[in-house]
Amino acid sequence: MMCGVCGCGEGEVQVGSMTGHRHDEHQHHHEPPQAGGASRRLQVEQDILSDNAGYAAANRELFEQQALLALNLVSSPGSGKTSLLTATITRLSGQVPLAVIEGDQQTSRDAERIRAAGATALQINTGKGCHLDAHMIGHAMQQLPNLQGGLLFIENVGNLVCPAGFDLGEAHRIVILSVTEGDDKPLKYPDIFHHSDLLLINKIDLLPHVDFDLNACIDYARRINPDIEVIQLSARSGEGMENWVDWINQRRQQRLQQRISALQAEAIRLESLL
Amino acid sequence: MSIAESIIRLLRQQAQEQHFRRVKHVWLQIGPLAMVEIESLRFCFTAACRGTLAEGAALDIISPEARARCQQCGEEQPVTSRFDACIHCGSYRLQLLQGDEMRVHELEVE
Repeated sequence: MMCGVCGCGEGEVQVGSMTGHRHDEHQHHHEPPQAGGASRRLQVEQDILSDNAGYAAANRELFEQQALLALNLVSSPGSGKTSLLTATITRLSGQVPLAVIEGDQQTSRDAERIRAAGATALQINTGKGCHLDAHMIGHAMQQLPNLQGGLLFIENVGNLVCPAGFDLGEAHRIVILSVTEGDDKPLKYPDIFHHSDLLLINKIDLLPHVDFDLNACIDYARRINPDIEVIQLSARSGEGMENWVDWINQRRQQRLQQRISALQAEAIRLESLL
Repeated sequence: MSIAESIIRLLRQQAQEQHFRRVKHVWLQIGPLAMVEIESLRFCFTAACRGTLAEGAALDIISPEARARCQQCGEEQPVTSRFDACIHCGSYRLQLLQGDEMRVHELEVE
């Protein structure tokens, strides 16, 4: 199901103006198969995605040092991620340093919409790739301005499958589902709901016009992830947006508080050495 | 495909650390809940191996049974999906113990 079927490739990734590359691509030696030699067995026991995990850990450390709240937004295409972000930015702009990393296979249309809403945006085009990975985010961070104490939204490629498997180093993964989709999506794509902390149910202004059972949807999501939080909202009408903005602000305050505590502990350690 | 490419990267790294030049056989552990279509991975693996130290390597995929422990009643049991209910008490609070792994288990090298 993952990248095997959707043709995920890495050769075409473009991060903003910069051409994406893997560090180890410079070392592609085409080793010819050699006959002979003694064969031996090696117990490896290593996670296949351990390289992504390493990049994600580096990103997470960077975000913590900058007291930056990074949120990874995942959903199917058309759930209203970008509209939700522009509505969110309008409510937060001027209050905190804020930037958006936009992941799409092609075009910078979403980044342009974010910039029009007043935030810094960096577009990553993944080419045939169906998800962002932690290495791309690390490169994107080098191009973004200082966001200390602020917010970073990462809008993942519209896809409910592959982004579930790739940790980007974010503080929280947020899955967005709109009421124009089926209420049984959590059961059809369980992994993404299992790996998310918050479910945003978008476009609730359309509920009277669609057959979407809100309670059933939440029940399905909690079968997969009993601890998932749920906020219902409409980016278009503004209903429920204050709950979402409060959720973000609470997490951002917590992150700042954690960083302040860590720095105070460090200061005490250093003072003891005076 | 990116999974297959990650495996090749892992093999290259192992080749440097463990001093081998060629990979003849790869054993993977891919759990049934790991979101990987095994047949697609086989196809992509063969393609990704071309022109590398693992060209022509045999591939075996071991898929251990998915098992979970109920956090409500503590019973351990086999599961088939992320949204199974506990077969003993009906709770959905099941903690997966194994079955979502994606691991390079063993290699035969020279």
